[in-house]
Amino acid sequence: MKGVNRILLVALAPTLAVAWGVPFIYSVWTAIHPEKYSARFTWNAPITFANFLEAWQAAPFALYFVNTVILTLLILVANLILCTLVAYAFVRYRFQASGLLFALIMIQLLITPDILIVENFNTLAKLGLTDTIIGITLPYLTSAFGIFLLRQTFKTVPISLDEAAQVEGASTWRVLWDVYVPLAKPTYLAYALVSISFHWNNFLWPLIVTNSPETRPVTVGLSIFATVESGVEWALVNAATLMTTAPLVVAFLIFQRQFVTNFMRAGIK
Amino acid sequence: MKRLNFPLSVILLVVPCAVLAAFTHYPAVKSLINSFWSMGTRRRPSQFIGLENYQTLLADGTLHQIIWNSTLYAIVTIPAAIALSIGMALLVNAKLPGTALMRLSFFLPTMMPMIAVANIWLFFYAPGIGLISQIFVLFGLQPINFLGSASTSLWSMMAVAVWKEAGLFMIFYLAALQAVPPNLKEAARIEGAGPIRIFFDIVLPLLKPTTVFVAVNALINSFRLIDHVIVMTKGGPNNSSALLLYYIFEVTFGYRDSAYGSTLTVFMVLLLGLMALIQFKILDRKTHYQ
Repeated sequence: MKGVNRILLVALAPTLAVAWGVPFIYSVWTAIHPEKYSARFTWNAPITFANFLEAWQAAPFALYFVNTVILTLLILVANLILCTLVAYAFVRYRFQASGLLFALIMIQLLITPDILIVENFNTLAKLGLTDTIIGITLPYLTSAFGIFLLRQTFKTVPISLDEAAQVEGASTWRVLWDVYVPLAKPTYLAYALVSISFHWNNFLWPLIVTNSPETRPVTVGLSIFATVESGVEWALVNAATLMTTAPLVVAFLIFQRQFVTNFMRAGIK
Repeated sequence: MKRLNFPLSVILLVVPCAVLAAFTHYPAVKSLINSFWSMGTRRRPSQFIGLENYQTLLADGTLHQIIWNSTLYAIVTIPAAIALSIGMALLVNAKLPGTALMRLSFFLPTMMPMIAVANIWLFFYAPGIGLISQIFVLFGLQPINFLGSASTSLWSMMAVAVWKEAGLFMIFYLAALQAVPPNLKEAARIEGAGPIRIFFDIVLPLLKPTTVFVAVNALINSFRLIDHVIVMTKGGPNNSSALLLYYIFEVTFGYRDSAYGSTLTVFMVLLLGLMALIQFKILDRKTHYQ
């Protein structure tokens, strides 16, 4: 009985894994072969990287990448600073209506800025910040998820450490910087990975806000390239798709272990 | 705990929370206010019209179709992604040969932007040239235009969503599986329980907290993520694959009717709140191991 189960598992596992990989593999096949082999599978089809080169030159992808990096880093830095401040206040200080304020902040987990596109765009238009990278980042500068994670982590900091630092004469900021922040390093790393992958991949809001190559992130650039400029040249579209996805996938493969364990830690606690 | 003085509270709380509120609470409230006003034009300024936008909403046939689409999309993709991700986690956790490759295959779609996933599937579904079309022809079947026909377009979107999301949920289940105490399974095995019995009576109840977390996230994502709809079908044909947020996007930025867009936003916020409440209630009652 146990043997039969094992055999079933051994058969099922690769089947599911291959089935799951097929759309991606098909895309890779098309991207690395000349256009006429797009849908024809022959063993001796010549492999080429011309599609990647052509796609790279057909649209300002380098500029799009720079925009995405700026945008992702701006949000990350703002998140790390602002979420730390709020979490610190909730864990270390007593103030009126703190429970209510925390509940209000947590609303953002459910009603994310992504669905409030109508009014957020109006706000941005009033501020004159449409079609700017700052405009893309504004709704995401403070994150309820980040505040939640950091509050959970800061709570585990032993109060005696905090008190010892105060006895030594450490100020509010020294206690934060020397006691709380170092102990939350794994949380910061986990949050950074989640934040980077989320904003690197974000599409709808940047699509609404941006209107020129100088501000467009790579996701929006890719969608424009795929619909307008290349028509139905699938080899080019697939090459561009893989090319724009590659940095994050490669980064993941390098940081795989940390990524998975941190992701798990971030989600489960 | 120390008392918070005013200057410190400005730095720690007021500034960060003001940024958050300006793009979360303010737009939610502003949507509610704007939903009682008409769309202003250059000649006629915006006017207070009471519940007129809501009357439009109730009578909007397109919206009815879209609510049905969104409901179907959520009640199919969420359980499907959860069931598949539990299966994947069990497979990856079974220490079979090639586990690393298997995990990569399951997790790869999660790392890619939805927009890239949409491009890949657009090609995969493409009539004539796409792989599915070719497989149909290989077996002598009439190829189906998956995205171009009203009866299959929504289901095609669902497949894409499940493909992208299951790998992420797998990670959470993997963590939960590794936290299941081995002595519990051992005890059940000694009592004579088979692997299927062990899974349903011991492992699955222990996964409940993870399922609560995953289900709530999946629900929010099923509303939030519409990138594939924009790229693959634009909601068509005949709104057969349009989801609620896509409709808001189309009404506001396509038809330029932000008053009705606000009304739809209010509707969506209420719906999300209600569904999260129900989900918490149902799943909370069944969760024993918080």
